Order: sequence, then C-alpha cells, then structure tokens
Amino acid sequence: MNQWQNFSKGFIKDNPVFVLFLGLCPTLAVTTSAYNGLGMGLATTFVLVMSNLVVSIIKNLIPGKVRIPTFIVVIASFVTMVEMLTEAFVPDLYEQLGIFIPLIVVNCLVLGRSEAFASKNNIFSSIIDGLGMGLGFAMALTVLGAVREVLGSGSLTLIPDVLEFTLYQGDGMLVFVLAPGAFLALGYLIMLADKVKKKMY
Amino acid sequence: MANKESTFTNMVLTLFLVTLAAATTLGFIYELTKEPIAEAKLRKKNIAIQKVVPDFTNEPNAEAYDVAVEGDTLTLYPARKDGKLVGTAVAAFTEKGYSGLIRVMVGFNANGTINNISVLQHQETPGLGDKIEKGKSDWSRQFNGKNPEDFQLQVRKDGGDVDAITAATISSRAYCDAVEKAYKAFQKGGLQ
Repeated sequence: MNQWQNFSKGFIKDNPVFVLFLGLCPTLAVTTSAYNGLGMGLATTFVLVMSNLVVSIIKNLIPGKVRIPTFIVVIASFVTMVEMLTEAFVPDLYEQLGIFIPLIVVNCLVLGRSEAFASKNNIFSSIIDGLGMGLGFAMALTVLGAVREVLGSGSLTLIPDVLEFTLYQGDGMLVFVLAPGAFLALGYLIMLADKVKKKMY
Repeated sequence: MANKESTFTNMVLTLFLVTLAAATTLGFIYELTKEPIAEAKLRKKNIAIQKVVPDFTNEPNAEAYDVAVEGDTLTLYPARKDGKLVGTAVAAFTEKGYSGLIRVMVGFNANGTINNISVLQHQETPGLGDKIEKGKSDWSRQFNGKNPEDFQLQVRKDGGDVDAITAATISSRAYCDAVEKAYKAFQKGGLQ
C-alpha cells in the first residue's frame, strides 16, 4: 500500500464513521451543528496523529499484555494536553469545544488506530494513517453536523460569524437537532457512503 | 512485532515508566498553562460583568462579596462609577435545568431593575432549551428593564409574567429560578 492510499483510505474506503462505525459516541452527541462537528473532528485528528506517532515509537518496548493500558495512558495524556492548551491560549474555541474534548479519550477510533495500525507499522506510515483517518472522521462529522443543522435549525455554521448562513427562518424539523435525529441522519448518510464506496472500489 | 516478553517485572516496569513520563509531561504543561488559564477565566468574568451592568470605572472583581440565600452562597460584584454605585452583577446558578446546572450573571441597576442577563454555562438541549442564550434567540430580552418587585419571575403556566420558550418550559423555569435567586441575593445585600 503506498502512502497516498494509506492517507486517502480514511475518507471513503475505511471511513471511521460511515464504514468502520468507530467513535460513534462523539459522532452522535456532538454533531448538532457543522461547526461543532468540524471542531471535534480536528481536535480528534490532532490526538490521533500524536498518539499514533508515540505508539509507533514505543511499540517495541511494550510487553504485549499491557499494551492497551499503555496506549490509553498515552492517549489520555494528549487529550489532557489539548484541553489545557486550548483553555489557556484559545479560550474562545475552548468555550465551544470544552465539553467535547474529554470525550476524545473514549473515542474508540483513537485506540483502534493505535492497536490496529500504529503498533504494527513504522513511524511515517502511522502519522499518515492518523492524519487520513482523523480528517476522514472530521469530514464525516462535518457532513453529519451540516445535514442536522440545515434540517433542524435552518442554518449552516462552518465558522461562527464568518461562514454562517441562514437558509430559512423558523424552527425547522427539531427532531434532527435532538438525539433521534442523529441516528436518522447517520443512517441515511451511511447508505449514501456505501453507494459511493461501491462505485469507487 | 518484536515485543518485549510479558513477564511480571517487565509489565510493572513499563507501566510505571509510561505513567511517570505522562505525569511529568502533564505536570509541566499544567505549570505552563496555569496562569494563562486563570487570566482567561478572569477576563471572561470581567466581560460577563461588563455585559450586564451599566458602565463602571471601578474593579467589581476586587470588591466582590458573598451573600447567602436559601442555603446557597452567591457572589455579588458591585459596579461603581466615580465612587457611586450604578449597579450590581450577581453570579447565580440553578440545578433545575433540563440537563442540570445553569449559571447566569444577572445585572441589576441601583434601583433594582434588571439591566441585563447573560448565561455563563448550561447544557440545555440544542435548538430548544439553548434559546436561553442571548446569541440563540431574543427570549431573554424580556427580562431587561423589569423590576422583579412587580414582575413575577415565573413562567405564565405557573402564574408568573414570563413567556416560556416553546417546547422548553423546564429550561425557562430553571432560568427564572436562577434570576429569582439572584434577585433575592441582591435584595439581601446588594445596596451596600
């Protein structure tokens, strides 16, 4: 597998959300708007790249039986770091994402990539894998957030006050902003992604 | 994979070293970010105070004092302009929200009318209860300029004067509860 395939597999072929069904907890909880989805996706990407990097560096030093606890410690450290750094230096972003950042620890996508990829591959491939998977995750969350926001609140927010559109006035279909709407929208998006995937591969 | 053997000593040693490295790094980052975080929080509080009371020239944060109301302790921030009290910001909270805690900053003018209210923290349902936020809807503006003396801080369903948010009566009720608490604290110790 060349590096381009390694990178691009996260978008459609092995998309974490639409194909692998990894990290569904933050996916369903956070995507009430496109901006929230994007922010969560990018924060996850950072943690994913850093933890993949560290795991692939230390992979030969870790006894097999304690590898999962070790990975969790590495991931949790990076998440805590991200949380403290955003709170200190970009408080506005922290305000928006604050409650979601700790959720990254329980995102099985991050642990899944450490276990399935970074612990078996070299450093460079692991970084590329983390980047591709992370951006694929971010894409999926942004699309899901956009669908729910457009149908539920009648607006589309990519960056508040900069890229913000109001599509129609009024309340929209509120169910899409609530939890059941996340499942509905995700179901249809998975069907679409499956169609696209079958066409491409 | 050329993994190390999973002997007891190996496992204990690895976990110890990994957690030690993690703890050291985090401790270092904590030290590094402690002051900026405190500063950011203080700035946020100052901005919240500025938003809810009339223009002032003192430092309300430095003059803050606590008032006990119904078993809770609320913090009051007196705002003075050229030494004269122009208003008081009250940091109030309620746990009756649809998803728990709601924290608000309520600004009173010196004569007891509500100048402005801003929500500091909440977890209400997006699209429904989160309309208590200024940015999401105009709902909370109905409180501005009202004096709780002759403005019942309860939703109409409960016999008060507040129009509830459609489909979010519980959030509206909780918001009123927090403002009511702030008013009680203000009555008790706000005119110092």
